[in-house]
Amino acid sequence: MPLESWGRYPKARQAAVTVHWRSDPLPRVHGTLLPFGQGRSYGDCCLNDGGTLLETSRLDRFIEFDPGPGILRCEAGARVGDILAFTVPRGFFLPVVPGTQIVSVGGAIANDIHGKNHFRAGTFGRHVRRLELLRSTGERVACSPEENLDLFAATVAGLGLTGLITWAELQLRPVQGPFVESETVPFHGLSEFFALDADSSQRFEYTVAWIDPRPRGLRGLYFRGDHSTRAGKTKPPRPAAAFPLDLPAFAVSGPTVAAFDALYYARGRLRAGRRLLRHAPFFFPLDGLGRWNRVYGKRGLLQFQCVVPDQDAVQALLDRTASSGLRSSLAVLKTFGDVPSPGMLSFPREGATLSLDFPNLGPQVFALLDALEAIVHDAGGAVYPAKDARMSAATFAAAYPRLAEFERYVDPGFSSSLWRRVRGA
Amino acid sequence: MTRVLVLGATSAIAQQLARAYAERGAALFLVARNEQRLSAVADDLRVRGAQVQTAVADLDDPAAHEELLAGAAPLEIVFLAYGVLGDARETERSAEAAEAVLRSNLLRPISLLTRAATLLEAQRSGCIVALASVAGDRGRASNTVYGASKAGLAAFLSGLRNRLARSGVRVITVKPGLVDTPMTGHLSKNRLYTSPERVARDVIRAVDGRSDVVYTPWWWRWVMLVLRLIPEPVFKRLSL
Repeated sequence: MPLESWGRYPKARQAAVTVHWRSDPLPRVHGTLLPFGQGRSYGDCCLNDGGTLLETSRLDRFIEFDPGPGILRCEAGARVGDILAFTVPRGFFLPVVPGTQIVSVGGAIANDIHGKNHFRAGTFGRHVRRLELLRSTGERVACSPEENLDLFAATVAGLGLTGLITWAELQLRPVQGPFVESETVPFHGLSEFFALDADSSQRFEYTVAWIDPRPRGLRGLYFRGDHSTRAGKTKPPRPAAAFPLDLPAFAVSGPTVAAFDALYYARGRLRAGRRLLRHAPFFFPLDGLGRWNRVYGKRGLLQFQCVVPDQDAVQALLDRTASSGLRSSLAVLKTFGDVPSPGMLSFPREGATLSLDFPNLGPQVFALLDALEAIVHDAGGAVYPAKDARMSAATFAAAYPRLAEFERYVDPGFSSSLWRRVRGA
Repeated sequence: MTRVLVLGATSAIAQQLARAYAERGAALFLVARNEQRLSAVADDLRVRGAQVQTAVADLDDPAAHEELLAGAAPLEIVFLAYGVLGDARETERSAEAAEAVLRSNLLRPISLLTRAATLLEAQRSGCIVALASVAGDRGRASNTVYGASKAGLAAFLSGLRNRLARSGVRVITVKPGLVDTPMTGHLSKNRLYTSPERVARDVIRAVDGRSDVVYTPWWWRWVMLVLRLIPEPVFKRLSL
């Protein structure tokens, strides 16, 4: 099966070589290489059209675990879910987890992913103590905040362009058990969201909101939670049943999305209040349905995730979306804090981050995404490369001021579809 | 504590099997040729909770077999995952290449398992598990020699099972179908391929249960039954 990104757009043709051993040299190929972990980035930052992907899912071995300070060294293809299955029964959790546990450590570093606790913990890259980079010269470079700091800073959020991460050493955080004390709060309107968020981020470690930006007025469900002190047995993770087929393009459209949103909101209202959840349904609700991107059919979906400084910009993005006549099939809103990342191209920065999913309907969606991108650009925000298939070189350069510095560390043997696009090359 | 001797410990299937035993806190004795790879596998299993000993050895060299098995004693579960696919084209043209496949897949496993069988027979307990293949169920043009080597191994295991049954020693023949591993890395994959994790899961179920011959995934048993039933005059004309 050809490798594709989670959004299944754009399509790319490339070779793939599985890396089975971290001690192996890089394969000799014509053209450029790009590491490919679990293919959970949406656009083209994990694609290398015309080149070769280094498939890392077999680089999933643990190397060393020190239960005293909670430090795990593992190969870069190990997945967040595999790590949690190992660490939670031993009393540790990853300090930052994304919305799916089916991502590799290498991918988490290369995209410098964030979680629902950015305002406290910052990005994933902050908790990487050390990593090894295999460069196309054959050289192996150990990088950390103390050693080869520049290359470390380029590799965190480096989109896989600085070489192949073979292993990484991660700082874990203690937890008492597998549970999360969660609370669901329904709300109406953006102002209510920001008020709720200002209050919640003082009192809870994790916060995120699902929103239904319907024409009659925005409503949403605010989720907040903390690791519970309650002990309990960890259930062995079972892979979710995969969505069995590619639905036709019209499956995700205005009426079905409106119906889904109404049902999801109603369900959220019924379940409002405090609940004790296992960590998976709290952190990784979408993992409950394997390969859910097939719901969008073969043409796939486009996700747009950006960060903007304030409520006005979020309102502008939602208004523009509403006026386009298109409806986002999944909209998520949260806030970032000011915790700095070591990564030169790190996406999170203080402000509100909005993500919108659209089925790939072609030109009308592209036109809307261009308009949203312009709003983000004008507001001084940034679009997230891990979710992007469209952004222009100018938008990228404006949002990532350390780009010129970063370019010096790009391995000449590595490239990606996204990289060629955003450099205007 | 379960003790498992893994012959060919860097094979993809063996790694997955060893992980499952590591999670049960087993004592693992791992044998493989490449020291760096073996130590990567050993570290992983130690972190996951196993007690691990390793031996670097080229199992193609039978001189090492006696000492290796003595070092791993007392034996309990012996898992043989060592083998090669060989280049089917090359084995058609070169008798040496064909012999090399038979050596790695049949002669050396017989040498190893004969010694293991003697030890287990004396202690009147234990279990031998070896990877044969669905390819051994009927010879086909696309992998004549590989198929022959695995057919030979399956016949050997069947005889060994018969011999050891009286001593309470089990022998399990595992017949995987197409598995996505480095062994098949150069072939393009289709829906018939399965993961080494799945194979390992089926092997463990067999060890915990009572099976003698395991097809993995299970449906290969019926596919191969149908293939075996095709009369030779018809079969020889098929391109399989």
